Amino acid sequence: MPEKLLLLLLFLPFVGSIVTALLWRTAARTLPAWLAGGVALAATILTAFYYPSVTNGKIVRFEIAWLPELGLNFTLRMDGFAWLFTMLVTGIGFLVVVYARYYMSAEDPIPRFFSFLLAFMGAMLGIVLSGNIILLAIFWELTSIFSFLLIGYWYHNANARDGARMALTITGIGGFCLLVGFLLLGHIVGSYDLDEILAAGDLIQQHSLYLPALVLILMGALTKSAQFPFHFWLPNAMAAPTPVSAYLHSATMVKAGVFLLVRLWPALSGTFEWFWLVGIAGISTLVLGAYFAIFQRDLKGLLAYSTISHLGLITTMLSLGSPLAAVAAIFHIVNHATFKASLFMAAGIIDHETGTRDMQKLSGLFRFMPYTATLAMVACAAMAGVPLLNGFLSKEMFFAEAVETHADSILDRALPYIATLAGAFSVAYSVRFIHTVFFGPPPTDIPNPHPHEPPRWMRFPVEFLVLACLIVGIVPSLSIGPFLSTAVISVLGPDTPQYSLHVWHGVTLPLVMSVIAMIGGVALYFALHRYLAHAEDGPPIFRHLRGQRIFERILVTVSWKWARWLEANLGTRRLQPQLRLVAGISFLSAFVPLYFSGFEAKLPPLTGVDPAFAMIWAIGMLSALTAAVVAKYHRLAALLMIGGAGIVTCVTFAWLSAPDLAITQLLVEIVTTVLLLLGLRWLPKRMGKVDDSTSFTARVRRLRDFGIAAACGIGMSVLAYAVMTLPVPDTIANYFLEHAYAEGGGRNVVNVILVDFRGFDTMGEIAVLGIVALTVFALLRRFRPASESIEVPEQQRIQNAYDLDQPERQQGDTVRDYLLVPSVVMQWLFPVVITFAIYLFMRGHDLPGGGFAAGITMAIAFLLQYLGGGARWAEDRLRILPLRWIGLGLLVAVATGAGSWFFGYPFLTSHSQYLTLPLIGKVPAATALLFDLGVFVLVVGATVLILIAIAHQSIRTYRVKTAPKPEDA
Amino acid sequence: MELILSLGIGVMTGSGVWLILRPRTYQVIIGLSLLSYAVNLFIFGVGGLKVNAPAILTDGVAVSAYSDPVPQALVLTAIVIGFATTALFLVVLIASRGLTGTDHVDGREQSQ
Repeated sequence: MPEKLLLLLLFLPFVGSIVTALLWRTAARTLPAWLAGGVALAATILTAFYYPSVTNGKIVRFEIAWLPELGLNFTLRMDGFAWLFTMLVTGIGFLVVVYARYYMSAEDPIPRFFSFLLAFMGAMLGIVLSGNIILLAIFWELTSIFSFLLIGYWYHNANARDGARMALTITGIGGFCLLVGFLLLGHIVGSYDLDEILAAGDLIQQHSLYLPALVLILMGALTKSAQFPFHFWLPNAMAAPTPVSAYLHSATMVKAGVFLLVRLWPALSGTFEWFWLVGIAGISTLVLGAYFAIFQRDLKGLLAYSTISHLGLITTMLSLGSPLAAVAAIFHIVNHATFKASLFMAAGIIDHETGTRDMQKLSGLFRFMPYTATLAMVACAAMAGVPLLNGFLSKEMFFAEAVETHADSILDRALPYIATLAGAFSVAYSVRFIHTVFFGPPPTDIPNPHPHEPPRWMRFPVEFLVLACLIVGIVPSLSIGPFLSTAVISVLGPDTPQYSLHVWHGVTLPLVMSVIAMIGGVALYFALHRYLAHAEDGPPIFRHLRGQRIFERILVTVSWKWARWLEANLGTRRLQPQLRLVAGISFLSAFVPLYFSGFEAKLPPLTGVDPAFAMIWAIGMLSALTAAVVAKYHRLAALLMIGGAGIVTCVTFAWLSAPDLAITQLLVEIVTTVLLLLGLRWLPKRMGKVDDSTSFTARVRRLRDFGIAAACGIGMSVLAYAVMTLPVPDTIANYFLEHAYAEGGGRNVVNVILVDFRGFDTMGEIAVLGIVALTVFALLRRFRPASESIEVPEQQRIQNAYDLDQPERQQGDTVRDYLLVPSVVMQWLFPVVITFAIYLFMRGHDLPGGGFAAGITMAIAFLLQYLGGGARWAEDRLRILPLRWIGLGLLVAVATGAGSWFFGYPFLTSHSQYLTLPLIGKVPAATALLFDLGVFVLVVGATVLILIAIAHQSIRTYRVKTAPKPEDA
Repeated sequence: MELILSLGIGVMTGSGVWLILRPRTYQVIIGLSLLSYAVNLFIFGVGGLKVNAPAILTDGVAVSAYSDPVPQALVLTAIVIGFATTALFLVVLIASRGLTGTDHVDGREQSQ
């Protein structure tokens, strides 16, 4: 079989899931089932054909490089063990689909169910087939997510929601631990490839990180397999539809944990730590699960705890570290999947037919459904380990291994007795299932008093599985033998032990233990019989110690109490402390490293200071300080002052050989000033003093703020001085300088960087600009000014009153008179400024200028018309559609970038020197110019949109906020 | 040159930090503007200060003679984005004032 088909096998369920999900609107009820069944069957058949490729330890591998630098590859890998598991996942998946077709009722959304089921199957196949442990972890998480969706399928039911959430929380935490463990493992081995990890067992076990890696990986495996003390999610997951339980808790979800333990068995097992950690979890789960199962009232609850117990059995066998026990574990994985799936289905049939799963109500069903009853009894017998059934064989192997000494300790010596006790418990609950449900008087208190056999094909999956139990139980070496051997060889390799799959080994110690367990179990059941008929749900004593409640307490404590406490004690909703923290931390994060690296600030010589430059900066500093002082009460003055600081910045740029920056700074300074002027109108008048408390605390607060500000300022000075006086190292600047003309076709390197070398960054930046402009626009559409700002400002009122008083004047004439000369100048300047903008744009590639500067200039041209004539006047004469400008700009930029794809180059490659147009000849303009055009158009749109949106607020009419109406007035 | 500029950056930073720690929104917006000048100048200064250096590629001039274009390109977009964020903050400021009736940064006067 070709390796590539592994990919098909893996993606078939996912594709099927998507197709099924697309049927959600249709009323099709059987089509999703047919689809899902077809996919599962096809996957099963495909897997079957792979068998010859995996025998005798052969491996099918398929690899796609994903992130090879990080050792991450999309590796699929199928060996004998993976093959066996794939058969279980797909085969039982198919049977579950057939069963679910009849189980699900007409009201349930069928496509959703099958879609989730198929997706889950795909995720499970992913775990089984992953050849890279990171990939495995991803599929591991996917099974957690899809099992959450499946368990919560009936989301109108609170139990289903809680169960689903709990399963997700527990397995999700486990999955996270698993990922960390895998990362450690990959670090130890130096590869995430499964084959390399399996070959590096000694290296792993001697590494100092072995224990943390082991603990974390076990966290993942044990939570998934519902091992003590994480077992409690599984009984709560029983709120899922029964087909889901049959699938998740027999062949898949919970088996993923033991699958992983087997998978990594060659690499991790055999150490003291492994034996104790895995052993204690396994043995306690084995015994407690079986004990709890006896006392369940719910049929599915019994099966759930029995599942936990059987998983504990598998885990225990794996903990022993002996190859023979590993064989038994693999064997039992298969056996348990068969009989447990059939039992869940039988329980589902009983529930479906009678309407209840309460064993205190069910009774004497044999007379109504003899056929189903017989099937259930055989499956139960397999679960109890009765001879001639598959469960017997693996249990005998377990007993034999329990008797052997592995790691001599109390635990090891006690194991035979514990095993026999757990065996007796499992016999007891199996007998209880059969005896209570099928024998005794007819039921009196069930919702549906006339149960009968289910439809033919609903029973088929149960029949098939029970038949498998029988065949494996009677002629093991002819049926499961070769497949088991293939699986075992692939895991154990040369360590594969001799084992025999015969039913009769003579009277041996394991057989004696079996007999004791049988007799003990039956006796135990009949001793408890009367108690169980009326007892409360749950085992005595332990029923008060409910994992679910503990889990919820912890959840509430962590996510509510602790979170609230932290928020109340460490958080604040006030801005000032937050900003204080930001400023303080910024200071410290710069200061502390400098201090510890022995940084010394040398007092610089005062020579070489240009007096003119010093003078300019004296003005700059004075402006900044004045702005800081007056910003509270004199907003206009503060605005002028930061304007001054801005101009000084601008001059500095020009002085220090950065003409592009100087131009841009100057232009942005203009629009910023206008912007803030427009905003002043909506701020509260500040005539009187506000919160100028002279109290002691207020003084201390101000002093502290002053301290922070001074520290930040001095720190920044020192840092800036140190950075600027350090010799400039060989930077990427040289690369840009050397290649700007040759490759970017421009002499203005700054512009070439923006539109060519780092064009993608620029595209992100103009996108941000567009988004900000749109946000401003959107915020202002619903703008409600404060009530005292609504009225027309005082000056305007006086002017309007004056105009209205004079019969020959119209409202607004005074302003027009005042501004007559400036507005004429502004109107006449309109074409001039636009020409200047185009000039700045065109020369940008070779001389200072470019799209940003030109865009803002263009915006200023529009702005001047608004200033000179007023918003209404300007809009009567100009149709500016800034939203379209923004969209057009972004489109031009993206289209220019995408254009390079047509020439087979990466996104945004400049093509200046490759294109020579016919007739016109060589075009001097680079394609980057087109990109710059996009920048230009967008900047115009964004700037104009922001300014106009704010300016428009003044000519809108606002309703004065009326007092809020009383309720239901 | 470096000394003057670094002092200037320090004063602008100090004034800016002082203002962003104040309770009135307008003070914060002025403070942020001052801070952005300071930061832009600082980033610009990282490339080293050069007076009368050629800014435009000319044949026959050594690469080391030019002023560093990389910080300039960074700062150029920062200036434009700075304008946009100032505008956004201004709108948030006046909208918050409209909604809450106060220009305190927390949306309500401090009760102390």
